[in-house]
Amino acid sequence: MTDHQLHPETWVDRYADYLFNYAVTRVSDAEIAKDLVQETFFAGLKSATNYKGTAAERTWLIAILKRKVIDYYRKINSNKGKAEVRMGYSSQMDADGDWLEEQVADPLSILENDDIENEELGLAIQECISKLPKKQSLVFTLKTIQGMDTEDICKELDINPSNLWVMIHRARTALMDCLNKNWF
Amino acid sequence: MISCEEAAIICNKEQYKEATFTEKFKLIIHLFFCKTCSKFSKKNSELTSLCDKAHLHALPERDKVKMKKEINEKI
Repeated sequence: MTDHQLHPETWVDRYADYLFNYAVTRVSDAEIAKDLVQETFFAGLKSATNYKGTAAERTWLIAILKRKVIDYYRKINSNKGKAEVRMGYSSQMDADGDWLEEQVADPLSILENDDIENEELGLAIQECISKLPKKQSLVFTLKTIQGMDTEDICKELDINPSNLWVMIHRARTALMDCLNKNWF
Repeated sequence: MISCEEAAIICNKEQYKEATFTEKFKLIIHLFFCKTCSKFSKKNSELTSLCDKAHLHALPERDKVKMKKEINEKI
C-alpha cells in the first residue's frame, strides 16, 4: 500500500456492508453484528495512531472486527458453567453405538465447503459493490439485497423508474466484470 | 423487434421478476435472434443466482447515516 493514511470519513461508505456481512455470518444476529461494526469503527479511530500502513485499511478493520467477535463470544460465555464445552454423543443420550466411528466427518459431504465458499462469495460480491459509484451501489443494494420495491426506491431517491433501471443495468454489468476477475 | 438496449432493460427487470408478460415475450423473441443478448442474459441470471447463494446482508441506509455521524463526531 502506498497510502499510509486512514480515511475514517469514508469508512462507512466503503466498508460498513463488508464488515457487516463478515460479522453477521459469525454472530447470526443483525443487531449484534451492527453493534460490532460500530465498535470496530470506534476502536479503529481510537488506535488510528497505531496504524502503520502495512496492511490495507480494510484488512486492518477486519482484524479489529475479528477481535470484537471473539470478545463478544467471551462475554456471553463469561459464566463458568456456560464456558464448558458440552458435547453429547447423540440426541438420544443413552443410545448404543460406535462412538468414534459415528463422529468422524463424512469425507463425501461438501456441505461445509458450501458454507465457507458462500461466505467468501458474499465478501467478494460486497467488495465489488463497494467499487461501484455511490449512487449505483445504493440502488443495487436497495433493490437486490434489501429487496425494496422499484416504486419505493424511486420515491426515496427521487428518480424515475427508467433512471433506476439504467443504474441497475450499469451496476450489474460492472459487477459481472468485477466478479469475472475476482471470483471465477 | 426491440433494440438490444430495451432487451437489456427487460432482462434486468426479469432478474427481479418485474417484467410484464408482453415484455418477457418480446425478450424471448429478441434472444432467439441476438447472440450477444442471450450471452448477456445468461451472465445476468448467473449473477442473480450468485447473489442469492451468497445470502448478502446490508446495513440499512438509516443506520449508516447514524454511524457516519457518530464517527464524524469523534474524528
